[in-house]
Amino acid sequence: MSRIKFTKDHEWIRVEDGIGVVGITEYAQHALGDIVFVELPDLGKDVTQGGNAAVVESVKAASEVYAPVGGEVTAINAELAEEPARVNTDPLGTGWFFKLRIANPAELDGLMDSDAYQTYLERLA
Amino acid sequence: MSDTPDTSLLRTPLYALHRELGGKLVPFAGYEMPVQYPAGILKEHLHTRAKAGLFDVSHMGQVRLRGTNPAAALETLVPGEIQGLAPFRIRYSLFLNERGGILDDLMITNAGDHLFLVVNAGCKHADIAHMRARLPAGIAVEYLEDRALLALQGPAAAAVMARHIPAAATMPFMSYAEGSIAGMPVLFTRSGYTGEDGYEISVHNDQAEALARLLLAEPEVEPIGLGARDSLRLEAGLCLYGHEIDETTTPVEAGLVWALGKRRRAEGGFPGWSLISTQLAEGPSRRRVGIRPDGRAPARDGTEIVDAAGNRLGLVTSGGFGPTVNGPIAIGYVPTAFAAEGTAVALVVRGKPLAARIVGLPFVKQNYYRGGSAA
Repeated sequence: MSRIKFTKDHEWIRVEDGIGVVGITEYAQHALGDIVFVELPDLGKDVTQGGNAAVVESVKAASEVYAPVGGEVTAINAELAEEPARVNTDPLGTGWFFKLRIANPAELDGLMDSDAYQTYLERLA
Repeated sequence: MSDTPDTSLLRTPLYALHRELGGKLVPFAGYEMPVQYPAGILKEHLHTRAKAGLFDVSHMGQVRLRGTNPAAALETLVPGEIQGLAPFRIRYSLFLNERGGILDDLMITNAGDHLFLVVNAGCKHADIAHMRARLPAGIAVEYLEDRALLALQGPAAAAVMARHIPAAATMPFMSYAEGSIAGMPVLFTRSGYTGEDGYEISVHNDQAEALARLLLAEPEVEPIGLGARDSLRLEAGLCLYGHEIDETTTPVEAGLVWALGKRRRAEGGFPGWSLISTQLAEGPSRRRVGIRPDGRAPARDGTEIVDAAGNRLGLVTSGGFGPTVNGPIAIGYVPTAFAAEGTAVALVVRGKPLAARIVGLPFVKQNYYRGGSAA
């Protein structure tokens, strides 16, 4: 069974068997606008919770994507190199960024679940 | 990200329309301006190249110079051939400082009994003060605060304009005319900042919204924000004040020698002439160039340009993604020895040198109107 958590910086992480799949939210892709380039971490890289993990570039500007939790990068979505717009069209699906082996599952506890994230977005509006 | 209006910012007469159209308003040169509409920068850019886009550029400064021979007076501040400018023709020019640096770039129209100037929003008050301080007492510098400016740009712009003013279709590129659209008096030029055919239309503030609505009702026309205006001008290889040109860059370094009048180059009589003459004779030590990264990563303004050994060559002055090019593009300055097309350089993006090469400008072929009568 999988569960999805969200950060205040609008990343999501879907967890299954100790592996987390990471991407950015619908809110984030909409705020950034048309994505034209995604820089993904190297395989095997260790990322820390809240640390720089990827970069997403719109026509106008570059933005950092932070790791929702710490861990080792085990996979990257190579298809984003050719089709970065997938982040716009399917941010929670085929627009995923990378997978990581979660170092400390307790770090997930500080993240928001879907309901808490929705409430958080309503406060931002 | 807040929609709360910032009351310290100025608004153009189209502010309410921008909000109604869903424009994302951001501060720009002291104004609250739409950076994009719901379609987004990419679609707005491509639409302008395919059909026609309407831009609010009312933040720019419109100025009228009247008096005894304003062309001769203005020539003391700019290096262009202004006295030889035929009636109803336009010239791109530059306000220069004593070191040949660029204070602003501007459009100068010979409007018959006066000169009509369009200057950059961020420089307009300094430009007006500069002219009032330097021009002789017989020249009146009128800031036309009561006028808005709309740009209609794209291959369909001529057909759209011709529905209202038939003669607009065949007026030459870089010419000026007066007319009326649905009873609204307008001053308009065939010019722009996108590399496409198009017009800039000056209209009274009170009629700006009605004119914008009328043009947006045309099937080819969509509203376009400043984001796409910037990506369009970048692909067209055009300078943006504060980026490619500023008080430390000369017209020779910036590749704007074509804006120096032949007579003016010989006679001088404008600020910075001696330094510019030396640069023309000896060649500048650095030049503005186009740069294409080999990969897909955009290199933004301020990115360091280095040679194969990692030695610093210069900086990117504008960089991003070109929607029509469908890849990253940049403009920057490099030493003349590295300015030849095809020269391999690297761009240091997030600490990593990324391979790139020097290319000619523009990145996208300019699509200006070349018909009409030659002047």
